[in-house]
Amino acid sequence: MSGAGEAGRAVDAVWRIESARLIAGLARMTGDVGLAEDLAQDALVAALERWPRSGVPENPGAWLMATAKNRAIDLARRGKRFEGRREQLAREAGLRMAMDAAGHEAEASELGDDLLALIFTCCHPLLSTEARVALTLRLLGGLGTEEVARAFLVSEATAAQRIVRAKRLLREAHAPFAVPQGEELDERLPSVLEVIYLIFNEGYAATAGESWMRPDLCEEALRLGRMLTGLAPRQAEVHGLVALMEIQASRARARSGPGGEPVLLLDQDRARWDPLLVRRGLAALERAEGLSRGAFGPYTVQAAIAACHARARSAGETDWGRIAALYDALARLTPSPVVELNRAVATGMAFGPAAGLELVDALVEGGELADYHLLPSVRADLLAKLDRRAEAQAEFERAATMTENARERELLLGRAAEQGRSLGDRSPKGP
Amino acid sequence: MRFMMFMYPGIDTNAESWEPSAEDVAAMTAYNEELSKAGVLLSLDGLRPPADGARVRFGGGTPTVTDGPFAEAKEVVGGYWLIQASSKEEAVEWATRCPANEGDFIEVRRVFEMEDFPEDVQEAAELSERPPEQR
Repeated sequence: MSGAGEAGRAVDAVWRIESARLIAGLARMTGDVGLAEDLAQDALVAALERWPRSGVPENPGAWLMATAKNRAIDLARRGKRFEGRREQLAREAGLRMAMDAAGHEAEASELGDDLLALIFTCCHPLLSTEARVALTLRLLGGLGTEEVARAFLVSEATAAQRIVRAKRLLREAHAPFAVPQGEELDERLPSVLEVIYLIFNEGYAATAGESWMRPDLCEEALRLGRMLTGLAPRQAEVHGLVALMEIQASRARARSGPGGEPVLLLDQDRARWDPLLVRRGLAALERAEGLSRGAFGPYTVQAAIAACHARARSAGETDWGRIAALYDALARLTPSPVVELNRAVATGMAFGPAAGLELVDALVEGGELADYHLLPSVRADLLAKLDRRAEAQAEFERAATMTENARERELLLGRAAEQGRSLGDRSPKGP
Repeated sequence: MRFMMFMYPGIDTNAESWEPSAEDVAAMTAYNEELSKAGVLLSLDGLRPPADGARVRFGGGTPTVTDGPFAEAKEVVGGYWLIQASSKEEAVEWATRCPANEGDFIEVRRVFEMEDFPEDVQEAAELSERPPEQR
């Protein structure tokens, strides 16, 4: 949001804390998140006008809610004819609010349900993944359109269009504003978790943009995840996702070198891992495991893998046997070539390079990762450990031609040359 | 960003005990819950009174240790919250919502990030953070 000056920034701060609850409460009353957001925005505009003069009221959330309700009532009274469903909704909602003169204050449990319903609505299966992410950041994160645009490095017009379209789609489909129950909840929860993890990863891996990480997005995803654990405390996978994000975020400082280059997990200086986030992550994992009753979901398994690294004081002390077993479990839960490649690496570390190579060769035969530079790179590494240096050199070189990243190419060519040199050293003596 | 919110209770800082009333505790628990539910609370602790504590002063070569209570102590930290917020204003807004008592105050301070330091300081910090066997 964009308030100028000190008072404006104070309004922004209130908005950041209150907007999701405000929109959620209004969406329950109007049944339409788009209209709810419009009413909330009107209240924000009123606050930006008034608060710099009058000061922030004692209960700013209640003030914003009352102002938004009055706005709805006003709309309902003023409109003589209502053109579309949108206006109709506003009218009905306004009338209901006008009748509800007692100013019914939502109970805490109701507020929680409203927020949960808002999360599920933002992550509705009707919407594309991009639209879900944009709507979640906007309605739950309280981010302005230009901040949403910046987060995903698209133009402000594109971001605005995604949000407007998503809201229209929800309205036209009459998507109910409610928390899904029973089986439907189990079906739709993964979509919510996916959106939160996507936001986290966009900050963590920064597929686009100048810097390797964007900590603001990681923090926002963590905040949303922690919020969700409070709203759905019995869902093991919510705790699993939070555990995974906390542990991954704990490595943020160790993940880049002085020149901004990525530092791989096993080469990281573990003293730079954030012990507070590690501790929080391990505690969240414990909750996830306790709620899973033996059948871990994919986020909990990934968190358990991350926890194996977090618990090892040095790379050499890593419990690779456990990590390999967890990758076996993950490969059964969410089979994919990339999981399989990771499983190969872990298996190679746990049971020797030959066992790892066997899995990698099966992947090569499958042909699914034919364009993925990490496949020859992992294969080269295993070959090098098996002392098959000529083959290792060739695979490192092949991987180097496949990567888009200049820094990585340099590294791979360096390793290829290293294999070539060892080969040269040995050739006079060896076969 | 991370912010530390230090609570300075406006009570007799040298009192032997800092036993709050049941209502105060209930209100504070609700507040902590609110921070937690909003996803911003990272950690918190309440501190025992300074009468139980000690001060270690430096200067003149050897550190001198004084046990509490401290006669000159006026403003004493009673506890803290470590929160995540996107701006100082947001952290301050959270602080204003604390169900504090008449005369209490909260100091809001942003936590240093490594990036705030010049490069040579970052390098020195890296050295000191490394466990002895890796130095």
